[in-house]
Amino acid sequence: MGELLAGCGYFCVVLTIGAFGLGRLCRRKWKLAIFDPILIGAALVMLALWALDIPVERYQQACQPLSYLMTPATICLAIAFYERLRELRRHLPAVLIGVLGGTLSSLLSVWLICKGLGLSQTLTLSLLPKSITSAIGVVLSEQAGGVGALTTAVIIITGVVGNLAGPLLCRAFRLDDPISQGVAFGTASHVIGTSKAMELSPLAGAVSSLSLTLAGLITSVLFSFLF
Amino acid sequence: MKYIKQAGIILGFSLAGELCHALIPLPVPASIYGMVLLFLAFACKLVKVEQVKQTGAFLVSILPLLFVVPTVGIMACWDMIRGDILKIALVIAVTTVLTFGVSGLLTKLFRKGGGGHG
Repeated sequence: MGELLAGCGYFCVVLTIGAFGLGRLCRRKWKLAIFDPILIGAALVMLALWALDIPVERYQQACQPLSYLMTPATICLAIAFYERLRELRRHLPAVLIGVLGGTLSSLLSVWLICKGLGLSQTLTLSLLPKSITSAIGVVLSEQAGGVGALTTAVIIITGVVGNLAGPLLCRAFRLDDPISQGVAFGTASHVIGTSKAMELSPLAGAVSSLSLTLAGLITSVLFSFLF
Repeated sequence: MKYIKQAGIILGFSLAGELCHALIPLPVPASIYGMVLLFLAFACKLVKVEQVKQTGAFLVSILPLLFVVPTVGIMACWDMIRGDILKIALVIAVTTVLTFGVSGLLTKLFRKGGGGHG
């Protein structure tokens, strides 16, 4: 059965879309960040692959049409970035300083704690881009010698942590205006955090998506020169 | 035809990004080059947002779906991380809170008009 299905060119793609759709249903039903459609979708796919005895490598091979879209889809983040940039120009200096400081402290703290805990170089490199959007983070991690799959999972978990803990952290750090809230969500927890910032206020959401793009760009520049 | 044209432009920038990645000896991913190039094209009025808007919005909306595939790949590296899973969780928790605080507080400090409500 698994052999027959894995042999069909469309099975793995259909499986992925179906699992992701179920993940979105769970999210809509329970509205908790832990029910992230990517995490649920991936878990369901893993379960199906295990049940049907299909090797992961074979699944990824069959899903290449989806991976093909990754670069153009990432490039299109520039559209929202350009549109937001005009409306947020006034706040740009403060946003830039916040994102730059946050990105530096993210990279530095991950590096130091990983070294302190004695984690391997490969693991450290996989964890470093954990706060930026996976479209950029995975490529950076793989180019530096990390494991892309691990980076993806870590990035998503980081997003979920930021999404769930964000409102609490806003109170703890006394972030009471939408600009600093948006920067904090976007810099620390990319797209998944941004969805929570959108719930707080549309302005916080806009700032958050601007910040996540900036954080991705800054991280990729730093990565290119440091690692 | 509109969507095909839009897809053509977007894929053209993907190609330009790949060429930059291949020709420039820096480890910057093709998607970043493409993103910067598209942004510059908007800023220099070479491409209007309307010329890529619908197909672009579609592609951005399916990004989460695309991430399912690499996440499933964690099955392949499970042996590598199972021993360090608690340490990894600690790194994620501490650094996410720190990044959240530093970026938010710095922005609040430097924001025009100072404290209060924005």
